[in-house]
Amino acid sequence: MDTYDSRLSEILRTARISPPSTGSSRINVGTKERMASTIGGALMVYYGMRRSDKVGVALALAGGSLIFRGVTGYCPINDATGRNTAGKEDVAIEITSSLTINRPRAEVYAFWRQLENLPRFMSHLKDVQQLGPKRSHWVAKLPKGVGVVEWDADLVKEETDTLLAWRSLPGSDIDNAGEVAFVDAIGERGTVVQATISYRPPAGDVGGGVAKLLNPAFEQMVKQDLHAFKQLLETGEVPTIEGQPSGRR
Amino acid sequence: MKALCWNGVNDLRVERVPDPSILNPKDAIVRVTMSSVCGSDLHLLDGYVPTMKAGDIIGHEFIGEVVETGSGVKKFKKGDRVVVCSIIGCGGCAHCLDNDWSLCDNSNTKPEYLDKAFGYATAGIFGYSHAFGGYAGSHAEYIRVPFADQGAFKVPEGLPDESLVFVSDAFPTGFMAADMCGIEPGDTVAVWGCGGVGQMAIRSAYLLGAGRVIAIDRFEDRLQTAKEQGKAEVLNYEKVDVLEALKEMTGGRGPDRCIDAVGLEAHTTGVEEYYDKVKQTLRIETGRPAVLRQAIMACRKGGTLSIVGVYGGLLDKFPMGPAMNKALTFRMGQQHGQRYIPELLDIVAQGKVDPSYILTHKWTLDQGPEGYQMFKKKTDNCMRVVFTP
Ligand SMILES: NC(=O)c1ccc[n+]([C@@H]2O[C@H](COP(=O)([O-])OP(=O)(O)OC[C@H]3O[C@@H](n4cnc5c(N)ncnc54)[C@H](O)[C@@H]3O)[C@@H](O)[C@H]2O)c1
Ligand SMILES: [Zn+2]
Ligand SMILES: [Zn+2]
Repeated sequence: MDTYDSRLSEILRTARISPPSTGSSRINVGTKERMASTIGGALMVYYGMRRSDKVGVALALAGGSLIFRGVTGYCPINDATGRNTAGKEDVAIEITSSLTINRPRAEVYAFWRQLENLPRFMSHLKDVQQLGPKRSHWVAKLPKGVGVVEWDADLVKEETDTLLAWRSLPGSDIDNAGEVAFVDAIGERGTVVQATISYRPPAGDVGGGVAKLLNPAFEQMVKQDLHAFKQLLETGEVPTIEGQPSGRR
Repeated sequence: MKALCWNGVNDLRVERVPDPSILNPKDAIVRVTMSSVCGSDLHLLDGYVPTMKAGDIIGHEFIGEVVETGSGVKKFKKGDRVVVCSIIGCGGCAHCLDNDWSLCDNSNTKPEYLDKAFGYATAGIFGYSHAFGGYAGSHAEYIRVPFADQGAFKVPEGLPDESLVFVSDAFPTGFMAADMCGIEPGDTVAVWGCGGVGQMAIRSAYLLGAGRVIAIDRFEDRLQTAKEQGKAEVLNYEKVDVLEALKEMTGGRGPDRCIDAVGLEAHTTGVEEYYDKVKQTLRIETGRPAVLRQAIMACRKGGTLSIVGVYGGLLDKFPMGPAMNKALTFRMGQQHGQRYIPELLDIVAQGKVDPSYILTHKWTLDQGPEGYQMFKKKTDNCMRVVFTP
């Protein structure tokens, strides 16, 4: 009992940041057909990989979520299903996940705080630019090169080496928010990084429903991004097999 | 280049594929000069390792020459002759730093699969399915070696590929099997399986101080090799009751340490075989744990079971009662080659062990499919066939 260390249990999963509810969640690219195939493709890829039974455990950045979120927010879905989305209340989707990274906390924090680094491990982000001390501009890729979604975000919490939180500005393509806590792992085992990413599906039944359906895929993507973050910090690169030879035709 | 590709269960073909290139700074490209089959490949051939994709290049036990290095490779230059560990470790995660390289957090490019199947994903392995990272294997003219500074080792000069290639996989695996036993002077070590891995485990057990090694298999040629090259006493499990024989040979005490160098495709006879085969075919269990069952029963009270034979998923009729009540210790794992290879290269250079005796056939890569058939069916006394591109 003398060796009990309560820091982790005290710090993790305490704070919460919610995306703004501006009612502006929408997507503004592509034709209906392209959007429909995007969703189909994404569903096939991620669902084909294997359904996750445990929904709701994961972490990381807004990147990918936006896509699905954006995609699901688009009206062609409603067209396709013939449903009317007006007048239903909206729900925020939130995913939390943690990983331990075998590097000093200051270094881990600094890498994330340099927001331009995010696309190096968030595969669905194309670009992030710091516009001012608090403000940044984000560009995320849609699957299959259908286009991009963009938004501005503000850092709303910044405690050096400890906590970062950001929130998209009202009027974004996708309302989203993220929060990352950095905690020393017990016994000099590096840094525990806990990320919570949330986004607000577009108002209405179908938006929320489809978002829930895509949640396992989103969760998977967030986990992959966090793992890439760990790989980058611990080894300086993200191991890959993309571009290696095979006998596939 | 030419490469041996997996195209489906028991369907291997030599194909033309593009040459590999550097994809990350810590990659090196190695021109393969010799690449060996391994018992682990049989699990791929037989379809017990899911997530293989048609076109995957297999092979993971190899030696060659560095022909290109990424900007992050510090230890090697063009022309260096290297043996490469079959399992990929990053060198930067907590497990690699603990010297438990096959548990690497970072080298598996697709951790999501094993995260679900095993709870936490383990390291990437060359040519060993997408669950283990999907890396292209070594039965090819060239191979890309990620984290080359960690996984590749310059070999001592003046020794042939034949003596060095097994320092990639079979030797460190056998050595780790013996190491995990925690052998005390005079211990009797029983080794199930006299393939390349078992043979290396036998030699390693003596290197680590065993008083006696008893080797178990059914192939007379392999038992003969264990006897002649490994100074093992041998048991043919088709001819004797292994449990009775081991008990008798150890004065009623049982072997102190038991090594499983067979794994999930253990061969058995009678009702047990029928039971496991049916269940395995229906995928109700994913391994046939005949050796494990036997080793648990055979092991002395308070003894150690060291498992390097590969298992993939679920086992049935696992004798937990005997294991618990006899207070056995279980040690197991994929090999942590990076931990052992420098020491093993010394052992080979000093002539203490020349692993080349497990090499029975030296063929060309074009003969890959036939080579695997021979290795699988253990015809022509094949222990290990190696390919030269
Ligand atoms: N842990 C690792 O990192 C690692 C590395 C290499 C190989 N392996 C595993 O080690 C095992 C052996 O590899 P190998 O290359 O020597 O394979 P191999 O196929 O050449 O040899 C296996 C031997 O086991 C014998 N055997 C089968 N059933 C038996 C039984 N009931 N009792 C006693 N012996 C039995 C076979 O007759 C054969 O001689 C495989 O499972 C392989 O996957 C593990
Ligand atoms: Zn092997
Ligand atoms: Zn590692």
